[in-house]
Amino acid sequence: MTDVAVRPAPAALDRTRVVGWLQDYGVYVAIVVLIVINTAIKPSFFSLDNFRVQAFQVVPVLIVALGMALVITTEGIDLSVGAVIALSSAVIPLYLGYGAWLSIVVALVAGCVSGLLAGLMVAVANVQPIIATLALMIGVRGFAVIVNGASAKSVTDETIGALGLDSWLGVPQEVWVAVVIVLIVGFVVRRTAFGRRLTAIGDNRAASALAGLPVKRVLVTVYVISGLFAAVAGVFLVGHGGYADPSNYGLNYELSAITAVVVGGTPLTGGRIKVLGTVAGAVFMQLVAATLIQNNVKNSYSQMVEAVIIIAAVYAARGRSGR
Amino acid sequence: MVQGQGAQPVAAEPTAAPPGGPAAPTPVLEVTGVHKSFTGVHALRDIDFAVRPGEVHALIGENGAGKSTLIKVMTGVYEPDEGEVRLRGEPVAFASPLAAQEAGISTIYQEVNLVPMMSVARNLFLGREPRRYGLIDSTRMKREAREILRDYGVDVNPSRPLRSLGLGAQQMVAIARAVQIEARVVIMDEPTSSLEAREVETLFGVIRRLRDQGIAIVYVSHRLDELYEICDRVTVMRDGAVVRVDDMSAVDRITLVSLMLGREIGDVRKHGATGFADAAHRAEGAPVVAARDLRRRHQLDGVSVEIRPGEVVGLGGLLGSGRSETAKAIMGALPLDGGTVEVGGSSTRRTVAASIRAGVVMLPEDRKLEGIVPSLSVRENIVLAALPRITRGGLVDRAKQDEIVDYFMKRLRIKASSPDQRVSELSGGNQQKVLLARCLCLDPKALLLDEPTRGIDVGAKAEVQGVINELAAQGLGVLLISSELDELIEGSDRVVVLKDGRVVGELTGADVTQDTLMTTLAEAPPEPDLAGAPVDAVPDLDRTEEETHD
Repeated sequence: MTDVAVRPAPAALDRTRVVGWLQDYGVYVAIVVLIVINTAIKPSFFSLDNFRVQAFQVVPVLIVALGMALVITTEGIDLSVGAVIALSSAVIPLYLGYGAWLSIVVALVAGCVSGLLAGLMVAVANVQPIIATLALMIGVRGFAVIVNGASAKSVTDETIGALGLDSWLGVPQEVWVAVVIVLIVGFVVRRTAFGRRLTAIGDNRAASALAGLPVKRVLVTVYVISGLFAAVAGVFLVGHGGYADPSNYGLNYELSAITAVVVGGTPLTGGRIKVLGTVAGAVFMQLVAATLIQNNVKNSYSQMVEAVIIIAAVYAARGRSGR
Repeated sequence: MVQGQGAQPVAAEPTAAPPGGPAAPTPVLEVTGVHKSFTGVHALRDIDFAVRPGEVHALIGENGAGKSTLIKVMTGVYEPDEGEVRLRGEPVAFASPLAAQEAGISTIYQEVNLVPMMSVARNLFLGREPRRYGLIDSTRMKREAREILRDYGVDVNPSRPLRSLGLGAQQMVAIARAVQIEARVVIMDEPTSSLEAREVETLFGVIRRLRDQGIAIVYVSHRLDELYEICDRVTVMRDGAVVRVDDMSAVDRITLVSLMLGREIGDVRKHGATGFADAAHRAEGAPVVAARDLRRRHQLDGVSVEIRPGEVVGLGGLLGSGRSETAKAIMGALPLDGGTVEVGGSSTRRTVAASIRAGVVMLPEDRKLEGIVPSLSVRENIVLAALPRITRGGLVDRAKQDEIVDYFMKRLRIKASSPDQRVSELSGGNQQKVLLARCLCLDPKALLLDEPTRGIDVGAKAEVQGVINELAAQGLGVLLISSELDELIEGSDRVVVLKDGRVVGELTGADVTQDTLMTTLAEAPPEPDLAGAPVDAVPDLDRTEEETHD
């Protein structure tokens, strides 16, 4: 038909605005609230030591979530990130003999290769992202276990250990790396042609293709970045844990990452990305978990709480996309 | 509601009389006084439509005429705002498409809507499989399926998945299924758009047989030749209203075309009805775009178009004639089976990006689906395609970007609160200007415009037309597609007329008039080689697809 109404009906405006505001900033408010509550219950919560503990747990999820956010912006999804973490951790002990840095580079390359496979399947072979990355999720973990052997291998390298344990200026090295990644991703999204294309493709792929945008190249790149970031997280997990355990590393990371992205306000329907929101989403989910653990809530209950939060976030996102 | 017999204009006579007979039988499906609007847009106005048993009734009209809305009202997808639908004289209100189907109204859409992965037999019997001891009796199902389909000229193994059949054969399965569920009315929405000539003949054979069984058929198509071959009666719609109901043989081609387009032959329109100054441009030199023999199965059948610098070439034709496909093919956005496109004398790689680099840009037909990127800002939408030009080392050069955006927002008078406003918040006309700016900031040599003024307000329309005129005067080659005759005739220096994916004529100079255009559209084309296939006995339709037996 011809033109339909462009603007939302005025009656719906107020509700939309409230939901929209919550969607945009609610997560930051929630973080502050959680910190206040926790500090009130247990003053030691507000200490550098505790923040450091929280940081070690949140950083790997956060980095993976940033890659996931890029993928989701293109209307995709990457379920293979957990398996890529396993792969990256499995590769490290194999190449440690050639030096810590070389083993890290190989681990990162492995992540990129997995991402490349996902990207080619999605962009060139037109496989649905969920299917393509589901296949990788299964296959890559299997490959990682074969590479490493079934049992965990200890990794006692100083450089890698430092990445996962040591601090610089009182702040864990992991966090520094994460900050750099956040800045880069934020910059890329806001300032580069790639970032613009990313959102355009996620928002209206047909229009982007007709405007001559390199749709396939952007899609492949996005999955490669997601694989790379997952591999970085894998390196940190090895450093923090002191061993490589591809059977258990990265399990459910894809879900935590998606949760962080969604809670942070990036819609699953693509076309919009919230970089800082994703960071906040990851931090928020970590704080929720920490709060529940500190107050001795059973794990099964905390899972239910997380479920409620996810549904609330998705509901808010739905109200938004109705605009 | 009472049975509306008394209200009927025609004398009621029981059951099927031969089609075209002197006395009109009672309509099996009838729609009276139907209104339907969507958020202020009146899609159907006071529609009366009736189809009788044993007739093939053509339902035709151009884009936006309301055909599909009417079909949706008749099949329970939409509820009419006013008026009623009667099936065999009884007022009905279908709660769902399924209810309509169960009441005997089957619809066969362009895209076959069956389950492609399931076997042919399963598709045919879906929902009413023959059972034995509570389980599906697949032996019987297959046997019966084979028998039924043979009647339709489809001889296939019913265990094969449906998708392994050619489209023609799939269409037949859909029709067979429709008839099996005791349809009294079968609505066919462009059933031949993806069929080979031979398959069309088989389909017509089937349609004639259904007609002789007393089934009413509503036949939607844009191919005039087909209408005259198969239809008994015709209802022409335009702008949401019925403009003519008659026996097919009582309406000649030229009348049909003028009814659809809303223009009479010899109906002189005063010039200046559009924003085109009606100034003839001077086409100079070698063609900037030369498309030769563009071919794509079912869509383009050897289209050649040349665009020279400084001229506006109109593409004329009815809906489905291949106008948009031609533009997309030139742009490299449509895979082709054959043909070449040269820009500035050398052939380009057939991708959109390469075409843009060579200087060809396109304004797509569907603003919402293929044009705007709704959540990006006006600024980002304008420079979307120009990113490679304003990017250095991957970074967007903001100064350059703002310069371009500023220039085109002023030049095209785009009304937005700021360049940062989301493009989805703009009016249709301003969105269209944003898209035009997206094209123009690429500094093109040739501009392909597909319905540049559809659905925008009068003011914006005149402005857009004025800009097109100006651009051509500055030496740009323009390809103009428009369903609006005024726009096409006044805007174009030359009109290439398409029909069923073929060029059937070219109007130049003083011949660029509505009358010649309509006459060209109405002319019967030279008969394509039909290979003399007999109507009834066309075996093994499915062999036409590249697919082979496993």
